[in-house]
Amino acid sequence: MADMNNNWKVVPPFHPEFDLERCDYENGCTICAHECSFGEIGLRPVKGPDGQVRQRPWANLTSCGACQRCVKMCPRNAIHIACQPMYTSHNYWSPDYVNAIWRQSGARGGVLLVGNGATGPQRRYFDHMMFDACQVTNPSIDPLREPMEIRTYLGRKAERFGEDMGPQLKLEVPIMFGAMSFGALNLRVHEAEARATRAVGTFWNTGEGGFHKSLRGYGANTIVQVASGRFGVSEDYLNSAAAVEIKIGQGAKPGIGGHLPGEKVSGEISETRMIPVGSDALSPAPHHDIYSIEDLRQLIFAIKEAVEYRVPVSVKIAAVHNVAPIASGIARAGADIITIDGFRGGSGATPLQIRQNTGIPLELAIAAADQRLREEGIRQTVSLVASGGIQCSSDVLKAICLGADAVYVGTPVLIALGCGVCQRCFSGKCAYGITTNKPGLAERIDVDEATGALENLLHAWAEEMKELMGSMGISTIEALRGNRDRLRAVGLSDGEMSILGIKHAGA
Amino acid sequence: MCGIVGIINTDKRKIDGSHIREAIRIQRERGNGLGGGFSAYGIYPENRDKYAFHIMYEGTRHNPVIGQVESYLERKTRVYQSEEIPVYPNERIPRGPHFKRYFVKILEEQINADQTEEDCVVEIVMNINRMGGAFVVSSGKNMGVFKGVGYPEDIADYFRIEDYEAHMWTAHNRFPTNTPGWWGGAHPFTILDKAVVHNGEITSYGTNMRWLEMYGYFCLLQTDTEVISYIYDKLTRKDHLSMRDACYAMAPSLWEEIEREKDGKKKTLRQIYGPAVVNGPFGIVLTHDRGAIVLNDRNKLRPVVCAKSGNTFYASSEECSIRLLSPEVDEIWSPRGGEPVIIDLQQEEGREVA
Repeated sequence: MADMNNNWKVVPPFHPEFDLERCDYENGCTICAHECSFGEIGLRPVKGPDGQVRQRPWANLTSCGACQRCVKMCPRNAIHIACQPMYTSHNYWSPDYVNAIWRQSGARGGVLLVGNGATGPQRRYFDHMMFDACQVTNPSIDPLREPMEIRTYLGRKAERFGEDMGPQLKLEVPIMFGAMSFGALNLRVHEAEARATRAVGTFWNTGEGGFHKSLRGYGANTIVQVASGRFGVSEDYLNSAAAVEIKIGQGAKPGIGGHLPGEKVSGEISETRMIPVGSDALSPAPHHDIYSIEDLRQLIFAIKEAVEYRVPVSVKIAAVHNVAPIASGIARAGADIITIDGFRGGSGATPLQIRQNTGIPLELAIAAADQRLREEGIRQTVSLVASGGIQCSSDVLKAICLGADAVYVGTPVLIALGCGVCQRCFSGKCAYGITTNKPGLAERIDVDEATGALENLLHAWAEEMKELMGSMGISTIEALRGNRDRLRAVGLSDGEMSILGIKHAGA
Repeated sequence: MCGIVGIINTDKRKIDGSHIREAIRIQRERGNGLGGGFSAYGIYPENRDKYAFHIMYEGTRHNPVIGQVESYLERKTRVYQSEEIPVYPNERIPRGPHFKRYFVKILEEQINADQTEEDCVVEIVMNINRMGGAFVVSSGKNMGVFKGVGYPEDIADYFRIEDYEAHMWTAHNRFPTNTPGWWGGAHPFTILDKAVVHNGEITSYGTNMRWLEMYGYFCLLQTDTEVISYIYDKLTRKDHLSMRDACYAMAPSLWEEIEREKDGKKKTLRQIYGPAVVNGPFGIVLTHDRGAIVLNDRNKLRPVVCAKSGNTFYASSEECSIRLLSPEVDEIWSPRGGEPVIIDLQQEEGREVA
């Protein structure tokens, strides 16, 4: 790649502004500069009226991503993040496109990488679906007075009583923490996920980076992943968890593999992933032993044999155009759980163009897959987990009404730990210490506090779900699963409503 | 709000329809004149071995769908008797849709290899209901349903139900709130010999209905109640659950109670039959050849009172209906939410099995 001279300076869209009236630099405070892990905030010596030189914070105007770490840590509330005004005057050439071309034509070149999920203007269907509520004819239920049940079992159910059941996962709250690997996250975050899910009675997913030996005691609340790189996969690994998930794809990057750069592969990560220190961890785009559905069947049953049919096997796919027949094929291939990851799903690193332009919305994918499994009469044989873009407890319930049994959340876990969704997870510089293993940054996660935050999040969403269910006159979540009758569309077309299987408001 | 009554003579002694007419009449306050109906068991002893199809046709006797249904029936069944159901228009109900009844046996060659005879009847019912303008009101043997738009005592007079003698009767007084008041939407709802009268609103309808569709049941009658008869049919006839287990599947106990059970059966039932859980407020009397069940939602959001007097069992939304027929009952009680009362006519003396 040519090292170009026309390296147009990429104008950073954000920068910090300091209120020097409030700033405590005169007493030697330099917290913001130390908290900024991206090198945006520097210190500049200034001489005060008393003749003494002090270090004053200074925006370098090079690398602010509005993660808000400095804002939150400033003891004097003296910082706010400003957005570059009039960044471009052309309403077709938005700053995102202009900036991308500047970056690609400049010295960096190449494929642009981003973190987190898709940001595009595609419709958020959750916002166009409204819940029903009881009025007059039907008493609403107050969850503070009456029992309200949200316990959920995932796994293959018998068609009728007397037939064999598959192994089941018991979720006290139908929300699990989605796959985020050790390497992408640090061990402290994994430990917080493990402890919080054990306390609440649900599950977290290791992602494809292996299952650290220090956390094996949390196996009963852990789902381990088998992805195309097979990192950390051994018989012990498969048998250490409550379920095994085969990752075929991910909503943030359908059809794309992964890459953990060698510099991130430290001793602990190397041991857990079972690869040499400093070597790149490449996950191929496809599994090279799965080129079709019959190969997937073999892997599902190879894993079931390895775990002696004790735990359910899940298959995770990105939500793509043909998601319904693919889901049917996966169910018939023997999976106990299918996870469908919508295009809004997050990622530590994904090519910008893939993230923004590949895959389909979760809401449509879940509705289509659930309907197809019912039309084929095999919905009982498999559980459906929705993931990718779930933002609040209403989204969880709406996904369940559309046909999901439970959901995975990823980005909400990060946000609960402080994340400001600045989309730079791949940089290794995460100012909150979440998506980094760098000493000095990773320690910013206090495991006890992080555990508490995640427990709070699960409890809060569970309470909100119970309130919503009570208002609908539903006292147990089974009665809401696939219950599209409890939803009405506002502002959707006939075509969209027919895929979602819901009526328009007023109908 | 609706009113329901059930009268079951466990010694199979027959009584005419005037009793149930009176019992539901004094619950007039619970309805609004937009629906009333009755189910009666044992009314066709001379045709007891044949399915009695009560079919409602919208419009007049010239509706072309009648010919379509009848040629379909003639293809699938042997029709032994085909007649209009006698009706007696009066000033309160001057007119109604066209009602016919057919006594049929299913032709053996029409039963698919993967079907039982009863599966075939269910298929016939679903197909007729989908023809447009024709609705199967009841399809059991030696039983029938009479229903329509009006107060129940007026519907009783319209069909002159005092001309029928049955050992088991149910009645319904409708106050429709979520679906229109139309003749096909009155209760009871039936499939085969199962008939349901229901007071309540089923918030789980979407879940129940989509689960039933997987097994060939289609909910076309614009009301939530029909799912109950289909769920019960699926659970007892297809999945061979006992009456008690079927009730349990529809109104399971709380998980924390299930945890205390030793054998794990209730847990498995609830795991499998989650989509059959009936949620929302309800009180039902569900009758079939073998007996009856009375069931409330587990929060007991609708009233149901049960009583016994000699060999007669009563269930009612209001105690007054029972007291009217039998002022000095032997026993009277309000069943707890989610706890079924089961009358099994095949048991010795037809006693309630606790």
